[in-house]
Amino acid sequence: MNLHVSSRDIGERTLDIVSGMKSLEGPLLPILHEIQAEFGYVPQECLPIIARELNLSRAEVHGVVTFYHDYRDHPAGRHVLKLCRAEACQSMGGDQLAERVKALLGIDFHQTTLDGAVTLEPVYCLGLCSAAPAAMLDGEVHGRLDADTVNDLVAEVRA
Amino acid sequence: MTVRIFVPRDAAALALGAKRVAKALAAEIEARGIDARIVRNGSRGLHWLEPMVEVETAQGRIAYGPVKASDVASLLDAGLTTGGNHALYLGKTEELPFLKSQTRLTFARCGIVDPLSLSDYRAHDGLKGLERAVTLAPADIVAHVTESGLRGRGGAGFPTGIKWKTVLDTPGARKYIVCNADEGDSGTFADRMIMEGDPFVLIEGMAIAGVATGATKGFVYIRSEYPHAIATMTEAVEIAHKAGVLGTSVLGSAHAFDIEIRTGAGAYVCGEETALLNSLEGKRGIVRAKPPLPAHKGLFDCPTVINNVISLASVPIIMDKGPAYYKDFGMGRSRGTIPIQIAGNVRHRGLYEAAFGLTLGEIVDDIGGGTASGRPVKAVQVGGPLGAYFPRALFDTPFDYEAFAAKDGLIGHAGIVVFDDTADMLKQARFAMEFCAIESCGKCTPCRIGSTRGVEVADKIAQGIEPEKNRELLADLCNTMKFGSLCALGGFTPYPVTSAMTHFPDDFSRAPLVEAAE
Repeated sequence: MNLHVSSRDIGERTLDIVSGMKSLEGPLLPILHEIQAEFGYVPQECLPIIARELNLSRAEVHGVVTFYHDYRDHPAGRHVLKLCRAEACQSMGGDQLAERVKALLGIDFHQTTLDGAVTLEPVYCLGLCSAAPAAMLDGEVHGRLDADTVNDLVAEVRA
Repeated sequence: MTVRIFVPRDAAALALGAKRVAKALAAEIEARGIDARIVRNGSRGLHWLEPMVEVETAQGRIAYGPVKASDVASLLDAGLTTGGNHALYLGKTEELPFLKSQTRLTFARCGIVDPLSLSDYRAHDGLKGLERAVTLAPADIVAHVTESGLRGRGGAGFPTGIKWKTVLDTPGARKYIVCNADEGDSGTFADRMIMEGDPFVLIEGMAIAGVATGATKGFVYIRSEYPHAIATMTEAVEIAHKAGVLGTSVLGSAHAFDIEIRTGAGAYVCGEETALLNSLEGKRGIVRAKPPLPAHKGLFDCPTVINNVISLASVPIIMDKGPAYYKDFGMGRSRGTIPIQIAGNVRHRGLYEAAFGLTLGEIVDDIGGGTASGRPVKAVQVGGPLGAYFPRALFDTPFDYEAFAAKDGLIGHAGIVVFDDTADMLKQARFAMEFCAIESCGKCTPCRIGSTRGVEVADKIAQGIEPEKNRELLADLCNTMKFGSLCALGGFTPYPVTSAMTHFPDDFSRAPLVEAAE
């Protein structure tokens, strides 16, 4: 993931990605996933290129990008911490844990710490309901969280 | 002889440290020169004991758990490789009461085999269903599934055989099998477990569906919150393709069938089948009005079977052992087994597959062992965020589609979330509305606007503002959403809300808060 790419590079990479995937049936979501994996978000500059290559209107592409929670319109922090907010985690003290994490990081959900270290996001179920409360840090799953393990996670992203 | 030691790769086990355990174990085995091999299996479903390490001995598999990385050395000192005694020793896995009392049909192999070993899969009766299917006429396969009484395990409970028959009878140049693996309901993880622990059974089920209906292409739409399931399924499809289970000639037959794995993008509503189809097509995950049914005009307007993971994964055993075998389990119109997912504030958390018919009380108190906190059970939400909250008074309700409907609830995808007496049911009702507002696709007004108004009304009740009037308003709003919404998101959000109001009225009539004047 390279966060310092010029618009021209973004255009070229986007075209590469779209060309490689446009033969898929229903290629738009796989393309957007790939673009986000490449740039860390879906840059605005990509949208007209995708629209042109897939013969869609720019509005249609914009509509899809903004519909799904996963696609970002700006880069996230170096780490992304997703806390499960759903019922099973609530039943095991997930809400109090979320408050603790917010206080430790000094940010709310959907925000990034000023040093760019971590973005905090809510997630509605990681399927770890039998190991609640649960979280995902950069794709790694963590269960049965408590005050201590949450401190460890926060220390990890702050390091 | 090389001893096989099993350390699960299931995401729930990983969340509890299985990766560190496997790493520590590998290092110790190497250092001590022990002739042993680590197999990364799926989970047996006893999640309160995860990471649960098993060792294969002459007497059968012996389990230890929950194991931490720091326990590994002492386990080996105690003779782990021969099933030696240790503080974490649990005994023979098969004899553990939680497992022994189950009827494992769909999950027969989960936790036992190496998920990515096709030879392991075959050695445990895998592919027998598909082998049988390719010798039958499509209509006969469909008849088998219909006779088994299998109903959609995603929540709606629609008879799977009838869906398949509609697709079989609908002419089309192309047909699709779509597997709905967008398991977004809180308290559910059966789809994830089977995809991570026995992916070939899903592939086999989809291939049978393809052969039965004339579909040649399958998609598995997996939610992005499940990276481990996505990785395992992707690898399993490649293996199946190389082995000729998938491809232009399924198991050497005249049938062609291939599978592609697709990743969702964080929209809960895409678990609704028509929204999922739109998402697969690369559109916004907006719900489609029915008719046309997906079976007539589904993916790219082609006849499409869209089934939940567990529905498809239950088909191989039906084809192998025959519809009567499967149908003999269960009660009423709910035939076969159901993987019940016991989660939340409960002692024995995990997956429990059983024939339909257990009462909710048996599941929560006997199998689940009561709350993890040790406090009394207050409420149990059955069927995910759109499922009703059941009080103890309804614990005699048997686990059956119709019995739950009769009590104004639903079994949904069979997830159960237990809450102790610290739960605030007004807060839970508010959350149901809030969740609906966040996840609504926006197509129909009752869901899009109703959910936001619902949050506001719940807040007013919490603040003690005209509580009686607002309770009435909330009930009325629920009625509008239930009957006026296009799909189950808006249509079922009233279930948790009205059940909370009906069964826990005290939480909705608190004394007004004294607030400072502005």
